[in-house]
Amino acid sequence: MKVAVIAVQGDVEEHVDIANKALENLGIKGKAFATIKKEEVRKADAIILPGGESTTISKLIFKENIAEEIKKSANEGKPIMGTCAGGILLAKHGDEQIAKTKTKLLGLMDIWIKRNAFGRQRESFQIKLNIKKIGEFEAVFIRAPAILKVENNVEILAKLDNYIVACQQDNLLALAFHPELTNDTRIHEYFLEM
Amino acid sequence: MDLEKLRFGTDLVKRGFAKMQKGGVIMDVTNAEQAMIAEEAGAVAVMALHKVPADIRAAKGVARMADPKKIEEIMDAVTIPVMAKCRIGHIMEARALESLGVDMIDESEVLTPADPFFHIDKRKFTVPFVCGARSLGEACRRIWEGAAMIRTKGEAGTGNVIEAVRHMRLMNFAIERICKMDDSEIHEVAKNYANAYKKLAESVDISFNEKEAIYEEYTIEDIIEGIYEILKEIKKLHRLPVVNFAAGGIATPADAALMMMLGADGVFVGSGIFKSSNPPAYAKAIVEAVENWRDASIVAEASKGLGEAMKGREISELEEKLQIRGI
Repeated sequence: MKVAVIAVQGDVEEHVDIANKALENLGIKGKAFATIKKEEVRKADAIILPGGESTTISKLIFKENIAEEIKKSANEGKPIMGTCAGGILLAKHGDEQIAKTKTKLLGLMDIWIKRNAFGRQRESFQIKLNIKKIGEFEAVFIRAPAILKVENNVEILAKLDNYIVACQQDNLLALAFHPELTNDTRIHEYFLEM
Repeated sequence: MDLEKLRFGTDLVKRGFAKMQKGGVIMDVTNAEQAMIAEEAGAVAVMALHKVPADIRAAKGVARMADPKKIEEIMDAVTIPVMAKCRIGHIMEARALESLGVDMIDESEVLTPADPFFHIDKRKFTVPFVCGARSLGEACRRIWEGAAMIRTKGEAGTGNVIEAVRHMRLMNFAIERICKMDDSEIHEVAKNYANAYKKLAESVDISFNEKEAIYEEYTIEDIIEGIYEILKEIKKLHRLPVVNFAAGGIATPADAALMMMLGADGVFVGSGIFKSSNPPAYAKAIVEAVENWRDASIVAEASKGLGEAMKGREISELEEKLQIRGI
């Protein structure tokens, strides 16, 4: 199994490391790797969009035509996970910040996302979160977005107050937090088996 | 929301913020308009300043924290993180910046130091800090004090990349050396690195007891053990345990790509953008070069027809080196 972590910007190595550990734990032969090459994204069996700055990542994946490859893979049913900024890019509907910065989204998931929903870095936090199908998970939120609402075809996996912070639409997984910053491989394992 | 369950300002949250900046360019800006140019070009964050380093250097005198009103204008203008600089050891400037809600504080040698002995104990803050370093020793001390991110000091405001390269090479070489050492040798290095904290105690002509606190609530023994743990982690990881950016003299896309090639996790560009003849073009080109540093043809393409880069300065002709501040 080839797992491509889109490496234009953000915490790429963290995803590569934890995805490789998850593959090993599951006994799946394969490799996670960082890439910005269209051809490598095309050939991957699963794709991860890391955390980072959504404005920056969006500009670069559309400029280098990586966005098209991700969309194709999504339509073919390959698992795709976006954490934080990556989750923003998966959304179909953005907020006023996304409109103001003219950030292009991949528009793959029927979700409404709000950037920096919890506030600035000062308001960033970690919390033990209850996630459906996973259980209790130490979730790290950094200038995190939140999902305000979803269509009926999207399964809500975790909520924090009124905000949705993890959800799945078929082969697509959007998270507002960063499982890659911890040593807990369970979310990546779940993703690889999606 | 159940606020009691939320934990703010933990190491994971602070270092995590820095990790989100990786592979990106952080640009110095002095007003809202420049901040918007930076965001539009793809900067991952902006550093809000009163003057860019080249102008600070030219103006001489004491350089201090920027006007909070200016910082707030910049925070209101962009959606990406906003950082700001405080003077080395100036706990109150740092507290003021934290209260404004800036996303990261740069305890920076570009401003005039406020404390001749110590840096801020950054563990006591919720906001994450970045600090400059010329060597592994400086980096270890800043990390021990709680810095969530390190950057090379380079020589700010010169547009001359040599000092940034020097500091990155010195750090890389020292890390290689650490990786080859056994625990007792590493402990000796830690002792050596901890000596800088004795400056105050040794400046007083009264002998001090090794069991007494010499910096905040820490004894020299605590400091040695703390730095020893950081060095062992460096050996295990084969790199710094926090994100390490390049800064101080980066003026062109090729400069930025060079620093990435030498192992930087990302790049700060100070005067290089808004002292060039075409800031939006330079900003975009540097972002592109940092993303594509492995591909020289893209770096070449990005460098085409940008106009004049900022005017550089020869290091030996400087009246003052900023990098020797705060070691």
